[in-house]
Amino acid sequence: MIDVLYFAWVRERIGLPRERVETSAATVADLVQELRGREQRYEAAFADLTSLRVALDQELASFDAPLAGVREVAFFPPMTGG
Amino acid sequence: MRVAVQSEAFDLGAEVSAFTAAVRGVGAVVSFTGLVRDEGGALSGMEIEHYPGMTEKAIAGIAGEAVRRWALADVLVIHRYGKLAPGEAIMMVATAAPHRGDAFAAAEYLMDYLKSRAPFWKKELSAGGEAWVAAKDADEDALKRW
Repeated sequence: MIDVLYFAWVRERIGLPRERVETSAATVADLVQELRGREQRYEAAFADLTSLRVALDQELASFDAPLAGVREVAFFPPMTGG
Repeated sequence: MRVAVQSEAFDLGAEVSAFTAAVRGVGAVVSFTGLVRDEGGALSGMEIEHYPGMTEKAIAGIAGEAVRRWALADVLVIHRYGKLAPGEAIMMVATAAPHRGDAFAAAEYLMDYLKSRAPFWKKELSAGGEAWVAAKDADEDALKRW
């Protein structure tokens, strides 16, 4: 099981701030494929990966990063702090 | 080095005074404050979301890198989240260094990195509705100069 978190418009499109996901996905990209296949709202959130960022255990990562040992995955748009 | 992520307002004058009083023997303190714009009256406010846990770590990482790159005596970063009205302070950074060059450069570095590497997302609120602020290519490009 892995905790999957969503922020900003990704959270709004999916309709959840976080959920626990049972997955055997090897990489972030594999997990995204699984989620996209679930329902239209996930497809809508993950349609354009260039407009998304991912963090693994609260560190920025890439979509081809492995998920082995990861407890928390977060998806969000590019950050707008400051 | 102090990093605060909070919903409450902060007292800019008191923060800069306390920060300045606590560093000894430095020649320069630089501070920057980011405010909620009103875009000519079009905006009624801003709502800022963040990623609790990652936010504090990301900011501490950015501030730590600034300390490694420049001769800084101290760094302060305060960043708010939640609903803010036009004119309210969103965030501030302060840097203290023996000379102003390092203090200014470190403050700019902190701002550039906080903008695109600290997990905050701004939503603009107006009479017409609400809209997430899109990240600008220029903000990403700004990181390349460091």
